[in-house]
Amino acid sequence: MSDPQSQITEQSQLTRIVTANRRTDVVMAGIGILVLAAATIMLAGVMIDLVSSGWARLGHADFYTNFPSRHPEKAGILSSMVGTSLVMLVTAVIAIPLGVAAGLYLEEYAAKNWLTDLIEINVSNLAGVPSIIYGLLALGLFVYGLDLGETVLTAGLTLALLILPVIIVATREAVRGIPSDLREAAYGLGADKWQAVRMYVLPAARPGILTGVIVGLARAIGEAAPVITIGALTFIAFLPPAPVQSEWPFINFEWLNSPFTVMPIQLFNWVSRPQAAFHVNAAATGVVLMGMTLAMNALAIFIRLRLRRVPR
Amino acid sequence: MNDAIRTESDAFDPAQTAEAPAAHVLPLRAEVRGLNFWYGEVQALNAVDLPVPDCKVTSLIGPSGCGKSTLLRCFNRMHDLYPGNRYGGEILLYPEQRNLIELDPGLVRLRIGMVFQKPNPFPKSIYENVVAGLRVRGIQNKSVLELRVEQALRGAALWDEVKDRLHDSAYSLSGGQQQRLCIARALAPHPELLLLDEPTSALDPIATARIEDLLTELRDTVTIVIVTHNMQQAARISDFTAYMHLGRLVEYGLTEEVFTAPKQQMTNDYITGRFG
Repeated sequence: MSDPQSQITEQSQLTRIVTANRRTDVVMAGIGILVLAAATIMLAGVMIDLVSSGWARLGHADFYTNFPSRHPEKAGILSSMVGTSLVMLVTAVIAIPLGVAAGLYLEEYAAKNWLTDLIEINVSNLAGVPSIIYGLLALGLFVYGLDLGETVLTAGLTLALLILPVIIVATREAVRGIPSDLREAAYGLGADKWQAVRMYVLPAARPGILTGVIVGLARAIGEAAPVITIGALTFIAFLPPAPVQSEWPFINFEWLNSPFTVMPIQLFNWVSRPQAAFHVNAAATGVVLMGMTLAMNALAIFIRLRLRRVPR
Repeated sequence: MNDAIRTESDAFDPAQTAEAPAAHVLPLRAEVRGLNFWYGEVQALNAVDLPVPDCKVTSLIGPSGCGKSTLLRCFNRMHDLYPGNRYGGEILLYPEQRNLIELDPGLVRLRIGMVFQKPNPFPKSIYENVVAGLRVRGIQNKSVLELRVEQALRGAALWDEVKDRLHDSAYSLSGGQQQRLCIARALAPHPELLLLDEPTSALDPIATARIEDLLTELRDTVTIVIVTHNMQQAARISDFTAYMHLGRLVEYGLTEEVFTAPKQQMTNDYITGRFG
């Protein structure tokens, strides 16, 4: 050790190890960049292809204000855009409270035993069930069983069912991720379960829950299969009754019972026409659909940032 | 674990432990009598007796795993949060001498405050942290809350440092300040008994010294039970000391007696650093 010659050899060995480590880092970073680039290029390719194919119609205001039509240059997405918005509203109103409440119950309240384990496994499995199965279930249950018909309400319920497991699982994960010392602090002050959950657990878990909600809604907005299964129309040339009205009680729920179409169905309908002009419409619809999904994500990011700016 | 406790119990006579002449004449705030505790099948506390004199600092010392934190967490029923835990015996709460093990855990925690090993403020503002215990009690009146915040923060020697930024995040404070905030949070509802579980183990020496000063000041108004693995700390701040080993209370008495003239060989070995 004290021999200067051996110290020099040792140092050069260390240098070699450091160089090798640095080389590994560079190689791994390079592979990472390549993979990321491949994914980004493919996504960008799809976007550019859609925008350029749909460009002719995207620029026209009447594309957004017209009903579908036999004439591709007059056909618009008004009814499907409104349909998608209303269906998503119903889906969100039903799935978010139910999913969050179920997740909270399973994680915070339910006894931990084989039954809750079984429920957890099944909920996770449900998140992976093909969406058309949900369509079949909804056709039997909502359309025929409860006689709700092929309406906005049925579609909302169906899609809510579809994304419920996603929200439950996300809520559970988010709640489980909260450190136990935060929970002990709340209980240590004498908080009961609901106080601890409402004042401390839920706010801390909100970012994770929100992510789950958005992933779920983004899945629901793009679904065509279950909505076709329950019998959504493909050609709708009228709007559902407005949810607000000028005379008392100013709000009405007639629209829930209205027939409807949604954008993925409209898109599918147009893309399966032989005329190339309809394909332009389809591409433009695709762009609007992606825009809506991105807008939802942006909203989630905005909410998350706002929540973080307040004490954290 | 069980066997180890039993074997160990032969090494000393439980009858001559927990002899505390001074504690008998002092008014008590709580009294542990024949307390047993099990984590599932593992017995962690074995027939513990411990008086807790009113408005005094009682410290629990002992090697890791001796059950001192377990005993402390029995006082506010923290063990009830996790399945499979079981109590036996009693912890009487004075003056009415009710066994808190038979009371509702929520009620017990409303009367007994706790400060944990790691500072654990809520991800909220300093103000909201201090009023958390008051909100739990349904106190909404703003002027009452503001008064109690100032009282509690002054009590925890933190007021001067945070009075201008009460609405900043509690996470903007240093570790020592966060721990004093947690003490303020526990003090705000005026607990009858304040439990501290190694409150300075995550802090640097300066922050530790501040907390120790604070506890020394608090002892006139609050009854304190503190778990510490730092024997100098126990000697500095506590009036009474209990030495625990393998789930049993080995020795209890006035702090200076325990540290200068321990009755048990085991206590002597521990405080002189021969093991632990």
